[in-house]
Amino acid sequence: MKGMTLIVKKTTQLIAGMILMYGIYVIIHGHLTPGGGFAGGVIVAGSFILVTLAYGGDFLKLVKEEAGTTIVESLATIMVILVATAGFLFGTQIFFNNFLPKGNVGELVSAGVLPLYNIFVGTEVASSIFIIFLSLIIFKEESPQ
Amino acid sequence: MNPLLPLFVVTPLAGAFLIMIIGRFIKEFNKYFASLILLFLACLSLYFLFITGENVSVYKVGGWEPIDKIPIGIYIVMDGFTAIVVCIINIVGFLSAFYSISYMKRYTAENYYYALFCLMIAGMNGVVISGDLFNIFVFLEISVISAYALVAFGVEKNELEASFKYQVLGGIASFLILFGIGFIYWKAKTLNIADIKEAFSTGYDRTYFLFVQILILSGFGLKAAIMPFHAWLPDAHSSAPSPISAMLSGVLIKAVGIYVIIRLFFNMFPISGGMSILITTLGTLSMVTGVFLAIGQWDIKRLLAYHSISQMGYVVLSVGIGMMIISKGGSKEIAALAITGGIFHLINHAAFKGLLFLNAGSIEYTIGTRDLKEMGGLAKSMPATSATSLIASLSISGIPPFNGFFSKLIIIIAAIMAHYYFLALLAVIVSIITLASFMKFQRYAFFNKKDDKNERRIKEVPFPMVFSMIIMSILCILLSLLVIPQIRDVVLSPAIDILMDPSKYTSIIIGQ
Repeated sequence: MKGMTLIVKKTTQLIAGMILMYGIYVIIHGHLTPGGGFAGGVIVAGSFILVTLAYGGDFLKLVKEEAGTTIVESLATIMVILVATAGFLFGTQIFFNNFLPKGNVGELVSAGVLPLYNIFVGTEVASSIFIIFLSLIIFKEESPQ
Repeated sequence: MNPLLPLFVVTPLAGAFLIMIIGRFIKEFNKYFASLILLFLACLSLYFLFITGENVSVYKVGGWEPIDKIPIGIYIVMDGFTAIVVCIINIVGFLSAFYSISYMKRYTAENYYYALFCLMIAGMNGVVISGDLFNIFVFLEISVISAYALVAFGVEKNELEASFKYQVLGGIASFLILFGIGFIYWKAKTLNIADIKEAFSTGYDRTYFLFVQILILSGFGLKAAIMPFHAWLPDAHSSAPSPISAMLSGVLIKAVGIYVIIRLFFNMFPISGGMSILITTLGTLSMVTGVFLAIGQWDIKRLLAYHSISQMGYVVLSVGIGMMIISKGGSKEIAALAITGGIFHLINHAAFKGLLFLNAGSIEYTIGTRDLKEMGGLAKSMPATSATSLIASLSISGIPPFNGFFSKLIIIIAAIMAHYYFLALLAVIVSIITLASFMKFQRYAFFNKKDDKNERRIKEVPFPMVFSMIIMSILCILLSLLVIPQIRDVVLSPAIDILMDPSKYTSIIIGQ
């Protein structure tokens, strides 16, 4: 897959980082503002997709990237399950229990385990949407013209 | 509140993603790990079958207690009926996973296979133990989307076509179900099954209610492949790898189809005369038409798939007879007998149909064809497959010492006691045609030609496959013990009680 023109590449350099930062902002403020793990994850995936589209990449590199992303995705799901099971192990033996101290309403570090769930769900969504995108490209490169 | 209940969903879910990571680095990890997980789940489900009995245990996820007796969190419910279906799922799942150790060697990408297998188990367990309508929908999607991928696992033309057909019809079913759930939520303002029952008990608009019931019945009927909605089943079940066919036919259509229909129409909706006649008609239709479509087939797995429709017809028919008796205010004992027959046949069907698909898989594994005309004389070279498939064939056609006989007998007796003589006659005739078509299967596959010199060098299949088939055939024989009153009281009666007495289900869940 070939990259695009110089103008597109330069613009992508300027804005991809900002999109990524905005996605991370939406994820970590999920328990305070609208948005959260899913919406933020989609924005993060958008920044990766933008870079891949603008710069292109040869087939082998894409396959390697897809393998790495799959591992990240599975790890994120396992982390969600681990946090949920931690609620089971600490305290009252209830799955999905909010076992951390709640903190003050409105502060960044508050609401117990909710920010943790948001972070892992965000990672999961970002990586899985990126995998879908990569799989489509790899399928197109593999298939005969 | 039993803290072990969520393990039914957590363990296979974690296992699926662990297989995806560790399976990349360690070869052979996937197959043994998947079997281990399912063995654990099978033991857990047996443990729950024995401790549940009459009592209903409710688990509130996240520890959200009800406010003013209105449930606000997600509830997980384990009662007698759930315990039985969970047992079916996990035991057949374990045997299929163990069978796959040898069978799946021919395929590439085994990691994906075992991960999807675990996801499908997680989805089905979730559907069965959930006490919340929307949660049922979410887990149903997890299990059927894994099933779509597993049906297409061979990536040949037929497999892809079958999977596509299944996806389109499954998508329509999911749409109907979601639409129905939306309508229920609109009026009842709650999604908890017991709470919806409470909300509807104060009175309702009849037209609205009928519309919702039809939506739910046709949605889950599509998943269960009841007669007018059966078109996807023969293709999907015959194209999948054989352990998956055993899972789809033996478990999936029951867990996400029949189980949910029975649960919702007994424990959520008030039983009405019109719906019970409709359910009985659909059951009779699929019982009769399924067997006539099956007898002409020459592809073994297609033949078995059509028989699944027919046998599920028996279950739906007997449950429908039970509902008709209840709605007319007839004798409670006869209604209980009819429902006992249905649930007993549901358990038996999981055992013998799972086994038959594993047999078909063994035949396909050794001689590489599914066409009955090209087989023959396998009885000598494959003794274990031949013997186990004979047991399964006799079970499904209702020959006395095996389990299928007793459940069909109970269904027929219940139909006669309720004065539905025509339905009883149809059940007998369908059973005879089933016997005929399985005689054809036995003759063409195992006897027919003489192959004394064994020119084709056919050998018996490897140990894991033989092991699974033999355990299944032992189950086929042992399950007939459920007809003995003392054993029936422990296993079947709690399930019948919870279905016959909807107010008990509601009061236990709301009351806690």
